[in-house]
Amino acid sequence: MNNFFLASYLALKEVFRYRGRFLLFSLVIALITLLVLFIAALGEGLANGNRQYLANLDAQLIVFLEKSDFVIPSSRLETNTVRTVRRVDGVASAGPIYTSNTEIVSLTEPLKVSLLGVEPGEPGMPEIIDGRNFRGGEARETVIDRNVALRSGIKVGDEIEIRSTQGTEDNFFKLKVVGLVDGQSYIFQPTIFVPPSTWEKIRPQSEAELNSDTPYPNIVAVKLADPSQADTVIERLTTNVPNTEVADIATTINNVPGYSAQQGTVQTQGFFTLLIGVLVIGGFFQIQILQKVPQIGVLKAIGSSNGVVGWAAVIQIIVVTTMGVAIGCLLTYLFSLALPPTIPFVFNGTRSLIAIGLLLFIGPLGGMVSIIYAVRIEPLKALRLG
Amino acid sequence: MTNYALEVKDLVKTFALDGTTINAVDNVSFQVCSGEFVALVGPSGSGKTTMLSILAALLSPTSGQVLIDGQDLSKMNEKQRVRLRREKIGFTFQSNNLIPFLTAGENVEFMLRLNNKADKAGRLRSAELLSRLGLSNRLHSLPAQLSGGQQQRVAIARALIHNPAVVLADEPTASLDTERAYQVVETFANLIHENNRAGIMVTHDLRMTQYVDRVLQMQDGKLVRVYEDRDEIMELAMGTVMQH
Repeated sequence: MNNFFLASYLALKEVFRYRGRFLLFSLVIALITLLVLFIAALGEGLANGNRQYLANLDAQLIVFLEKSDFVIPSSRLETNTVRTVRRVDGVASAGPIYTSNTEIVSLTEPLKVSLLGVEPGEPGMPEIIDGRNFRGGEARETVIDRNVALRSGIKVGDEIEIRSTQGTEDNFFKLKVVGLVDGQSYIFQPTIFVPPSTWEKIRPQSEAELNSDTPYPNIVAVKLADPSQADTVIERLTTNVPNTEVADIATTINNVPGYSAQQGTVQTQGFFTLLIGVLVIGGFFQIQILQKVPQIGVLKAIGSSNGVVGWAAVIQIIVVTTMGVAIGCLLTYLFSLALPPTIPFVFNGTRSLIAIGLLLFIGPLGGMVSIIYAVRIEPLKALRLG
Repeated sequence: MTNYALEVKDLVKTFALDGTTINAVDNVSFQVCSGEFVALVGPSGSGKTTMLSILAALLSPTSGQVLIDGQDLSKMNEKQRVRLRREKIGFTFQSNNLIPFLTAGENVEFMLRLNNKADKAGRLRSAELLSRLGLSNRLHSLPAQLSGGQQQRVAIARALIHNPAVVLADEPTASLDTERAYQVVETFANLIHENNRAGIMVTHDLRMTQYVDRVLQMQDGKLVRVYEDRDEIMELAMGTVMQH
């Protein structure tokens, strides 16, 4: 214990007496922290933008068309698939989800949105946080994502106009906003929800699709009576519902077009930033130890143990890294306040904590070589023999 | 039977260099009593620094024995040697003597901290010792703010503050001008005598031997002559600096 106190005494005295030098180095660590947290928050923001709707679904399984490779736009199911799914033992409820894109044109700046057709009260329809749900049938009513409302100023009770290209013509449809839902971004776009029949009428369509009034769902969201029985229900669904394949939510998210590639890119950037951090911190402390060889030799010659020298190096690295990470967290927070809302920048507790934990860990990791070097310095270095 | 603070018996240290064996210390024996200040002199390569390193438990001898305060260094493991250096030995070096980020007072107190004696009485003793060395107004100065002579005096205080059995000094005057060198060695000698410690100073400057009680002259690893007579020592000190 005395070793630890002595080491703390030496480490903190040195940091205090050379505070200018250590503060400068803390600022370097702070910049690395800013970069790592920024990448982590950007990664989370991008991931959120892609998966938010799917991640928040009140469902555990998704039914796709067979051989669609769990890619939502590639899947198009028969209209009776939902009924068949609902009859399978273990399925509490199931709701079809119809996906498309459109543009709200009744705003000063047109806003691109995801247009989703869902059945009220079934899996796929998010919880209403303001207003009410739309009626079924061909009601020209919509429930919109709060992000749409925030970005456009639309309120419950307002009427919006959307433009969809159907065949070779641009058609315009008016929809009454009856409710708001929270955080329902899908493939980087805020979402508006309509009943399936309305969706079929107003969605962009090719020339060949114009003659059909029947909406075909892309996927079916399945809520289980007992989520722990997912594997059993997947088997039953695969057996009883022809021409389908079933995935859980995580698999579905990973197969959202571009999601895995994008997250892989962001994670690679984060990894290399951490690696650079390890090398920078390692380099700094190694240079510092090389400058202190005679001093460490004297310390050992007068009776300081390897424990004192090693702990002093560890404590110093931890103190400097912690200072740097703390300053970096503050800088990142201030930086985030200045970012426009269009940049997907989301602090996720777990992801940020992992990044901060890794940043605190890379200090001792980077300084490992210098710590080992310090412990191995011969006290003879204090004499001319060294 | 005399109790020696330091006892060296048939000490041998050999180094292998390019296939040949060099006897850096060749069958040396001597003793130093408490309260005695001894100079170890000799030209470069005579084995003085190797001898000092062995006495400081920093280097293991090839054969022979070193006893400090009755404890045999050859029977100690590394942990015990570290403890011995901390408790029984005081050390001053030629250069890089002090911890640069600790003040003069803190450098001296650090030795007490190492020995778990940094209480109020210890701190008071540290201040008194520095005051005795003429540094009462430099307690809070960092080493970089002190002259070479002042730094050496702080190092002397650090070497003595924990009451070690043996105080070793490696060329303590090498970086000082003549006047300061005399002052430092005289103070060192006085403190060795007053505190009843055994002091061993390695030096190539024979003028400094005028303050010691005995001079051990080494050459080619061997102890070739011992000066014990006061007149002989003064003659040696008044002569020229030994040729390297």
